[in-house]
Amino acid sequence: MTVSTSTAAALALGDDALVLSHRLGEWAGHAPVLEEEVALANIALDLLGQARVLLSLAGDEDELAYLREERAFRNLQLVEQPNDDFAHTIVRQLYFSTYQHLLYAELAAGDGDFAPLAAKAVKEVAYHRDHAEQWTLRLGDGTEESHERAQRACEALWRFTGEMFRPVDGVDVDGERLEAAWLASVGETLRRATLTIPEGPRTGAWRAGAGRQGLHTESFGRMIAEMQHLHRSHPGASW
Amino acid sequence: MVTLTALETELLALAGSVPDPELPVLTLRELGVVRAVRVRGADAVEVELTPTYTGCPAVEAMSADIERVLHDHGVREVTVRRVLTPAWSTDDITDEGRRKLREFGIAPPRAGRAAGPVGLRLGPIRTLAPETDPVRCPHCGSADTELLSRFSSTACKALRRCLDCREPFDHFKEL
Repeated sequence: MTVSTSTAAALALGDDALVLSHRLGEWAGHAPVLEEEVALANIALDLLGQARVLLSLAGDEDELAYLREERAFRNLQLVEQPNDDFAHTIVRQLYFSTYQHLLYAELAAGDGDFAPLAAKAVKEVAYHRDHAEQWTLRLGDGTEESHERAQRACEALWRFTGEMFRPVDGVDVDGERLEAAWLASVGETLRRATLTIPEGPRTGAWRAGAGRQGLHTESFGRMIAEMQHLHRSHPGASW
Repeated sequence: MVTLTALETELLALAGSVPDPELPVLTLRELGVVRAVRVRGADAVEVELTPTYTGCPAVEAMSADIERVLHDHGVREVTVRRVLTPAWSTDDITDEGRRKLREFGIAPPRAGRAAGPVGLRLGPIRTLAPETDPVRCPHCGSADTELLSRFSSTACKALRRCLDCREPFDHFKEL
């Protein structure tokens, strides 16, 4: 199957939003406090709305979400990583929403296919980024326990961050410039949170991340099994 | 500038009179989400609706309500089209809409400011908001309010608390 560059790009960005939305939705009923339950669900809802617009640019949104096999998904490996503890979820949010905010700001300024959505979503994502930054400060500069967990999350997810800046066909941004802005912003937040910027590799042979090529980590299969099960068991079901 | 026919003006007012499904004190016109109404031939009308947030689940209910109102008015074929450009902003909420929100117990968005989150500093016991242009309590009018959560019952609202009358309240976030 050949796909146009614009379709491939819509799948990549749409799958990022869809998969992270589903991961955040898994917190429903489990979040540490009610306010966070609501916040994470609201962020998930924003991402789902973005995913619906993006996937609709690539085809039928329901078919794409519910009937594709694991290797047809083009999301970053970062967004499929399990929620783990709250610190892991927050650091994943920090890494991703900073990237997404910078990316959408660039796309919104252009005149490509994604400009209308990006112009709208960049304002939503600004709140996601703020939420993640504020929580990173609290956890990092909080108790010994929260600091230790936040640091562990920063280290564990670090190797997935290089993938965000690899070129995607049809996404017209300067990856190097995006990466420099991302490193400056995340580095500053971690510094203020008394956390140490991980030293591990983000690029080269040890880099994790081939999600854009359809290769995913082990937990992703279980995630989409749950996400797709209802639709596959009851095709065409609605309420 | 597109000139509306008398019929289009009438239908636009009708579509705009539909109450918001989440905040029924506001009409869709006051919320600023009905962008245009176009008559397409005899008995067919196209309405342009813009979502507040991309994932706003109320859009489907809004579309259904607009279709129903226009059908009841005798329009046979109604198409509600979702448009994203230009992106909706809380500045699209009318002054009347802001007044109604306040009366309903929701602090309205502050007008004419750059959209997006406001930079906050962490205080020893609570989040410190900048002193300029505070969010006022819709119940007692006090400017001494604090942020409890950036997200509340819907994505478009934040949860705050008044430090004078102690009532919690929703704040329609600037977007």
